[in-house]
Amino acid sequence: MGGIKIYGMPTSTNTIRALAALNEKGLDYELVIVDLRTGAHKHPNFLALNPFGQIPVLEDGDVVLFESRAINRYIATKYAEAGPDLLLSGGTPAERAAVEIWLEVESQQFGPPIASLVFEALIKPMLVKATADEAIVEAQAAKLEKVLDVYEARLAQNKYLAGEHFTLVDLNHIPYTNYLLKTSKAALVTSRPHLLAWWKDVSARPAWVKTAAGIPF
Amino acid sequence: MAAVKLFAPVMSTAATRVVLCLEEVGAEYERVDIDLATGEHKSPAHLARNPFGQVPAFQDGDLVLFESRAIGRYVLRKFKSSDVDLLHGSSLEESAMVNVWLEVEAQQYDKAIFPIFFQVMVIPNIFHGVSDEKVIGENLEKLGRVLDVYEARLSQTKYLAGDFFSFADLSHYPITHFAIKFPQVAPLFEARPHVKAWWKSLESRPAVKKVAAKLPQLS
Repeated sequence: MGGIKIYGMPTSTNTIRALAALNEKGLDYELVIVDLRTGAHKHPNFLALNPFGQIPVLEDGDVVLFESRAINRYIATKYAEAGPDLLLSGGTPAERAAVEIWLEVESQQFGPPIASLVFEALIKPMLVKATADEAIVEAQAAKLEKVLDVYEARLAQNKYLAGEHFTLVDLNHIPYTNYLLKTSKAALVTSRPHLLAWWKDVSARPAWVKTAAGIPF
Repeated sequence: MAAVKLFAPVMSTAATRVVLCLEEVGAEYERVDIDLATGEHKSPAHLARNPFGQVPAFQDGDLVLFESRAIGRYVLRKFKSSDVDLLHGSSLEESAMVNVWLEVEAQQYDKAIFPIFFQVMVIPNIFHGVSDEKVIGENLEKLGRVLDVYEARLSQTKYLAGDFFSFADLSHYPITHFAIKFPQVAPLFEARPHVKAWWKSLESRPAVKKVAAKLPQLS
């Protein structure tokens, strides 16, 4: 049986998202480096794995998947018995519905502004040595403020985003939130007491501590 | 058993995604209009259903849901039968492929086609403004590249997740129904025979025809 492989880079937020899920499940895997800086993601060998030329890709035996959120659903489903029940497969329809809703909220509301902000404020300066466009940072921060107001209200009523339990919803938010806290816009999180408490809780999980140790900055 | 309720205007492409799921599974449902022009989506009553103040929202008994792709999954799971199973949840590998191509719809396809739809349709008709040709041009290029991947995929499999129709295909319908009529967009589909055939097969589904007939005609 071949082991699980993740094709990606240790600094890539979406790669980290998949590694975080594997670590929550206590699974062994190999990280195969696809270095975006060398254009490895546009190489025909890699495009055969992900025709969109993006990282991460998961290989688990014959299964090859791309899109980190789909990869994480697969990990949470196939390895449901290992570690926490990340999709609440044993839960009520109401509990599972809450997971589905807030997985989409991450994808549709939180994801776009935070990805844009983190790219501009952190990734771009670090990886391609260009200066951040402050207008973009401010515009995306303004969008993210409105989203995080909803999160603050949500977390005032619920310990975790989908309800009482830590789920894939929380996990999917961790990598970008981790990077946001390294930017000039960390106050987006630190100024919101329930959001900050949520962050302190989820980032203290041993699986995340292990994942974070592998991030080179 | 009370019918489920969908809160949204007829125009809402996200609401149409849910309606398509309801029609495919043959569920009874009621529609409640939310008047965007008067700001009803930001009213306390609607914010209680969807704290982001967007449409659609959905109610099934005591349960209230929002985000059309989440509502769609809920509907398809609840009303799944041996005849209609658009998530393929009983097969790990097939459901994984459905999830991959659902993400592709959300992350690759929608991000290219929605800005075109917004510039060509929403800005002139709803905001009485002028389209930004630069945004349209950039996104047409992006959409072309995405559709190249789709063309290659659909020459290998009949549908996106495999040789079976799924929620991944259906999720593309609402915005494409309008955008494919734009003179800038139509040629992108015409030029790709497998994508064109896939679109025609979506359009020919009875549930899709029923829903399409109720969508507004737009100039």
